[in-house]
Amino acid sequence: MQLLGIIISLLGGGVLALMVGRQSPVASRWLSLASLVVASVFYTSLWLDSTNPLSTSIWLLHMDWPWIERFGIHLLLATDGLSLVLIGLTLVLGYVALLSAWHEINHRCGLFYLNFLFTLAGVVGVFSALDLFLFFVFWEVMLVPMFLIIAIWGHEGRRYAATKFFIYTQASSLLMLAAMVGLVLLNQQQTGVLSFSWFTLNQTDTSGTIGMWLMLGFYVAFLVKLPGLPVHNWLPDAHTQAPTPGSILLAGILLKTGAYGLLRFVWPLFPDAASAFAPIAMGLGVLSVLYAAKLAFAQNDLKRLIAYTSISHMGFVSLGIFAWNHLSLQGTVMQMVGHGLSSAGLFAIAGLLQQRLHTRALDEMGGLWSQMPKLAALSMLFAVAALGLPGLANFVGEFMILLGVFQVEPWAASLAALGMILAPVYALIIMQKGFFGAAVDGKTGALDLNAREMLMLGLLVAGLVLLGFWPNLIFTVTAAPVDYLMQLGKGG
Amino acid sequence: MNWLELTSLMPLLLVASISVILLLLIAFIRDHKLICWVTCIGFSMAAYLAFTDMGNTAQQVTPLLIIDDFSRLLGGVVLLVSLACAWMSYAYLETADEISEEYYILLSLAALGACVLVASNHFASMFIGLELMSVSLFAMVGYMAHSKQQTNTTLEAGVKYMVLSGVSSSFLLFGVALIYAYAGNLSIDLQVVAGGPQLQSGYFVVGSALLLVGVAFKMSWIPFHMWTPDVYQGAPAPVTGFLAGAVKVAVFAFAMRWLMMAQGDYLDLLLLGLTVMAVLSMVMGNLLALRQNNLKRLLGYSSIAHMGYVIVTLAASATHGATTLSTALEGAGIYLLTYASMTMLAFAVISQLAAQDRRFESGTLVHYEGLLFQQPLLASCLILAMLALAGMPLTAGFIGKYYLVLVAVDSQLWLLLGLLVLGSSLGLYYYLRVILVLCKTPVSDRQLVLGTSEKLLLLLLAATTLWLGLYPTPVIEWVQLAIA
Repeated sequence: MQLLGIIISLLGGGVLALMVGRQSPVASRWLSLASLVVASVFYTSLWLDSTNPLSTSIWLLHMDWPWIERFGIHLLLATDGLSLVLIGLTLVLGYVALLSAWHEINHRCGLFYLNFLFTLAGVVGVFSALDLFLFFVFWEVMLVPMFLIIAIWGHEGRRYAATKFFIYTQASSLLMLAAMVGLVLLNQQQTGVLSFSWFTLNQTDTSGTIGMWLMLGFYVAFLVKLPGLPVHNWLPDAHTQAPTPGSILLAGILLKTGAYGLLRFVWPLFPDAASAFAPIAMGLGVLSVLYAAKLAFAQNDLKRLIAYTSISHMGFVSLGIFAWNHLSLQGTVMQMVGHGLSSAGLFAIAGLLQQRLHTRALDEMGGLWSQMPKLAALSMLFAVAALGLPGLANFVGEFMILLGVFQVEPWAASLAALGMILAPVYALIIMQKGFFGAAVDGKTGALDLNAREMLMLGLLVAGLVLLGFWPNLIFTVTAAPVDYLMQLGKGG
Repeated sequence: MNWLELTSLMPLLLVASISVILLLLIAFIRDHKLICWVTCIGFSMAAYLAFTDMGNTAQQVTPLLIIDDFSRLLGGVVLLVSLACAWMSYAYLETADEISEEYYILLSLAALGACVLVASNHFASMFIGLELMSVSLFAMVGYMAHSKQQTNTTLEAGVKYMVLSGVSSSFLLFGVALIYAYAGNLSIDLQVVAGGPQLQSGYFVVGSALLLVGVAFKMSWIPFHMWTPDVYQGAPAPVTGFLAGAVKVAVFAFAMRWLMMAQGDYLDLLLLGLTVMAVLSMVMGNLLALRQNNLKRLLGYSSIAHMGYVIVTLAASATHGATTLSTALEGAGIYLLTYASMTMLAFAVISQLAAQDRRFESGTLVHYEGLLFQQPLLASCLILAMLALAGMPLTAGFIGKYYLVLVAVDSQLWLLLGLLVLGSSLGLYYYLRVILVLCKTPVSDRQLVLGTSEKLLLLLLAATTLWLGLYPTPVIEWVQLAIA
């Protein structure tokens, strides 16, 4: 029931926030916070269940109600350790994004928090739906509020960016829909049962050409969301134009849904096709890592730069998933969490700078360290987290992915490791251009962080350091589910 | 005609009697509200009768009409669309400088024609139904032609619709004549022709092709779509709603009946024509909609695209597996239902807005800027309609689209499936454009007021659109019953 509790408290909070938002924007803020707190309470109880030593099943929770019986579609929500970690990330970043919205969003607050909380609810749904049809519904539904967040509260090029974001995702997910229907009909041919349940469909024999085509349908949809080359084009625009809380949600959580899809659906449902396709996918992953890192270095717009670093880091995720061994998959989960936290931190910083300096252009910044020492120090921390400094979560993730990939495809690991050289280049260019040197005229006198902002960034720092030193916190939870997925993904 | 036949014909008789009652009423009391009420009550009673009659055995009433569950369901849908149309017309006509009462007579005649068309399994009744509907529509499209509120596009639309509709009817009639010359029979069930239809007969091939052209005109399948954008833009918004909702449903219902009877080489020929039109409609319809600046015109092109998508079900019904056929028909039924609900929602919003300011229907999208913050209910309904037309989950549009994908994958129509995906992706652009316009910051502070009955209509239509998307099971069961 906890999952339903999380989703309902977020949806309900959104509706309430809209209703009170007309009278009092402040109340809608606090209401959103309250609904996040309620959701977190449900989540905590779910987490406590997971530590129960008596349970033998890897599924913590399994809810199953019929929905559209004509096609065997069920409201099937379940969660294992993997979903649990990602839902946790969603809620943590929910707090961070809410804090960043606190003063940045000051018009049409009620509507904003409605969209904000609906996005979170959609993402939680994506991470826990195990009926493919229901998964697809959540997958699409989280798009609409995100689209509105970019289109209404975004920066100057918001309409273009929002439309591009929507069309990329929607067009690719139609391919996924077709592949999904194809898989279901294939399963019906083999077993006579019409079902969209993941548990049924992962028994389908998907070897052969048809399996490859169906796998590609899913892969493209997830690759767009991840995003990976060559379908990454929507991301720099969407991330740059979204308001800060929107960017945090996009980079921190929405990208992870693509990775989650590859983990949960592509390999377990199409083991043969996925392993045959793995070299190409890994090649694309390596390309993403290197090419996006190079592009990031060339950007002047701070948010755009961070957006390209996201593509680069998600290239590692793509690599890790397609290497498909225990080491690389555990690393992938860690990388997802680490990147979620560090990119959220960087986008939050970019938002704070834009609020203070009214610009995102790096060449209009400079010498900020002396003006805002706290902000600068935290930026340094997030930048080195992004470049993979040992002691922070991202290092653990990237290192394990490279180790895992090396066992399978040494060439891919060797090439991707070059990304470890490019990462410091783009991370440190932010510091050098923005924070060192002399101050630019007319951009002085900005205030340093206040308590709310310290809290927001502090949450992220705590997460990064904690997981950097104690990664087992996550590994113990995800070990069993990862083994289970690997078992399914071995194929027949 | 026995008692059973008479009762099964009740919905049709009721609709026919509405027009007579209205005619008499107007002679004594010219009261817009009363007339509108009578029309609405008549339509809802007829729809109720049609739906409650479902599940009973099929009745062939004279050789002309067949009242089976298929015609009951789709006839009921046509009547509900007409009901919504009459309902939304009230506010629109109330603010018009034109005598409004006769409009409802035309509407009920057009609805009667559509119902006859749905129930016809004979070329004669098909033609009667089609013409009854079209002739009433000529007058409805041009109803505001002399109004000072309208630009001259209304007159243009009326004349254009009349001329092109007349041309298409003559194509159709000639086609029917040729088929008659070959078969000696006007029943659309061509099995009755001894030995079945043969492709060798030139009469038959040409006749069928001409018949298809006539149908394609009404369905505005490209390349027979030329009238659509102009008529959609020029006609009063409620009439455009009727054109987009009821007419399309009724004509498609006839096309389904006709093609279900076709077989062999003959069917392959028809399918070739249909596939070509589907390809063109899906691609061109969406491409042409991209840069439209008038919402009704945009919806005109969007309806071309949607009617292109639904050809997928016709093409699939021809692959002749028993399960494929029933899934295809079920898909067509569901698609028509969902399409009717979301289209009517869109046009209800436009009608309510146009009732207050005619620039909402005749002008560019600029007038819609910032509507979300000035009139949240109307704007949210329009956003919902756009999302539904774009096929987003949790709305009716997604269930329709899901069925099309299912049908296409099931019968392995890869070309049409590919174009369906491509077309839907193109379509997103213009649906999103409308949403973005609604979300802009308002420039003027105009006052838009909305009456209770208008609100109720919008909420009902919005609820239907959501209900079909959230819990389609009952509707699926109805449709399965109707095609069984």
